[in-house]
Amino acid sequence: MALYSEKVMDHFRNPRNVGTIENADGIGEVGNAKCGDIMKIYLKIDDGIISDVKFETFGCGSAIASSSMATELIKGKPVSEALSLTNKAVVEALDGLPAHKLHCSVLAEEAIKSALKDYYDKNGIEYDHSQFPDCESCGHCDA
Amino acid sequence: MHIYADNAATTKMSKSAIDAMLPYFDVIYGNPSSLHSVGQKADEALVNARSRIAKQLGCEAKEITFTSGGSEADNQAIISAARIGEKKGKKHIISTAFEHHAVLHTLNKLEKEGFEVTLLDVHENGIVLPEQVADAVRDDTCLVTVMFANNEIGTIQPIKEIGQICRERGVLFHTDAVQAAGHIRIDVKEQNIDMLSLSAHKFHGPKGAGVLYAKKGIALTNLIEGGAQERGKRAGTENIPAVMGMAAALEDACSHIDENAKKISALRDRIIAGISEIPHSILNGDAEKRLPGNINFCFEGIEGESLLLLLDDKGVCASSGSACTSGSLDPSHVLLAIGRVHDVAHGSLRLSLSEENTEEEADYIIKSVKEVVEYLRSISPVWNDLINGKREFIIK
Repeated sequence: MALYSEKVMDHFRNPRNVGTIENADGIGEVGNAKCGDIMKIYLKIDDGIISDVKFETFGCGSAIASSSMATELIKGKPVSEALSLTNKAVVEALDGLPAHKLHCSVLAEEAIKSALKDYYDKNGIEYDHSQFPDCESCGHCDA
Repeated sequence: MHIYADNAATTKMSKSAIDAMLPYFDVIYGNPSSLHSVGQKADEALVNARSRIAKQLGCEAKEITFTSGGSEADNQAIISAARIGEKKGKKHIISTAFEHHAVLHTLNKLEKEGFEVTLLDVHENGIVLPEQVADAVRDDTCLVTVMFANNEIGTIQPIKEIGQICRERGVLFHTDAVQAAGHIRIDVKEQNIDMLSLSAHKFHGPKGAGVLYAKKGIALTNLIEGGAQERGKRAGTENIPAVMGMAAALEDACSHIDENAKKISALRDRIIAGISEIPHSILNGDAEKRLPGNINFCFEGIEGESLLLLLDDKGVCASSGSACTSGSLDPSHVLLAIGRVHDVAHGSLRLSLSEENTEEEADYIIKSVKEVVEYLRSISPVWNDLINGKREFIIK
């Protein structure tokens, strides 16, 4: 289908890292069912490294592909690196998304940040709050 | 397996419609407005097609205006009725909440000009009641426009009864019959219809051809200015090949209408029964008063676009009313109009059949939909919450 790149279709058809993690070190959920997409990210973190990551997504093809790609991009990486993942990096890794689907990549970035914030909160680690925009900042649902 | 189940979007052209078009590309290629013999042959064809189409609708040839399709016909019907109305100081229009955008957007435009529009509720079963129309008609109502059958959920409206009310109250009645023409019986006289729109490509005819029927005496307003084609009401050289294809396709569809409806509705009911076995799914629209080929479901916990893409991978072409497929944020206005909430409307699926579909295909569709819904639920955090009691089911 010409709507999506082959990379998007590959990650949509064969999503990587689907599932949940029991006793996850960080869990983040963003989006809402009313808007048509929800992403939930589960992190396992050992010595500051993301040793495992899983996701569940309710959403369209690009939402599922964005979740899959975002988890691939942070797996095995230090927390600090995962924190700097941008939606732009997700879009680039997917060889682009249609303009009206860009919010899916924003959601993926925010889902990961939300899971990292949960990890920090659970472990009493200090952090800069400005690093964690909330879901509302995307503006998709107010459009 | 390749199964086309999106016939409400468009249909495959029939062999007879293609054959009817071919001579008009390179043999009888004249301009019907030309006075020479080549042009006059084309004009004869046009006259012939017009009377054949009129016969199928139960009207006179001069009541038929050829348009570029259903949208243009809807636009012209509504604008014409509005212009007639405003001359008499009547600027109120009645319609329903789940009309096609060709109707709703035209009504929006008129609202900006100062018209008042009442959109009637279509209830959970997707059917407006004639009494609602009777109650809504005012002294300044100039038009009632209610679709014959809905394009998404296929529900058939009480057209004859609504038409009767309009006749009694002296209000023009238009119906968008784009989904109905060629699939269910239409007789504009018997059904009290003043104006009707149809589109050829919904019944195995070509794209880019449609009809506006307007009862004698209704003055049409031009949307396209120019030459004197279509009695001066629609300028532009006629698309003769498409008109010939449309006439052939409509005759074909109408002459097989009962046998096709019987065959297709049996397949429809087989698929509805099969898909209904999926837990937390719901049929959209009345189960009986619906088009023979229309199936529309909502599935809780999943989103429609991913459902469509995975069905396409399995060879099944379908459609959805999810926001992601519409390119807007909101899911289908039709599903919202019948009371489906956003969360559920995003997970909708429309299958629309034709007489070419088979029982084997129906069974394959059921199996594929079951597999894809189950898979998408398995990766959905919403479904996870639903089955773990963290979220309440909306579809019981």
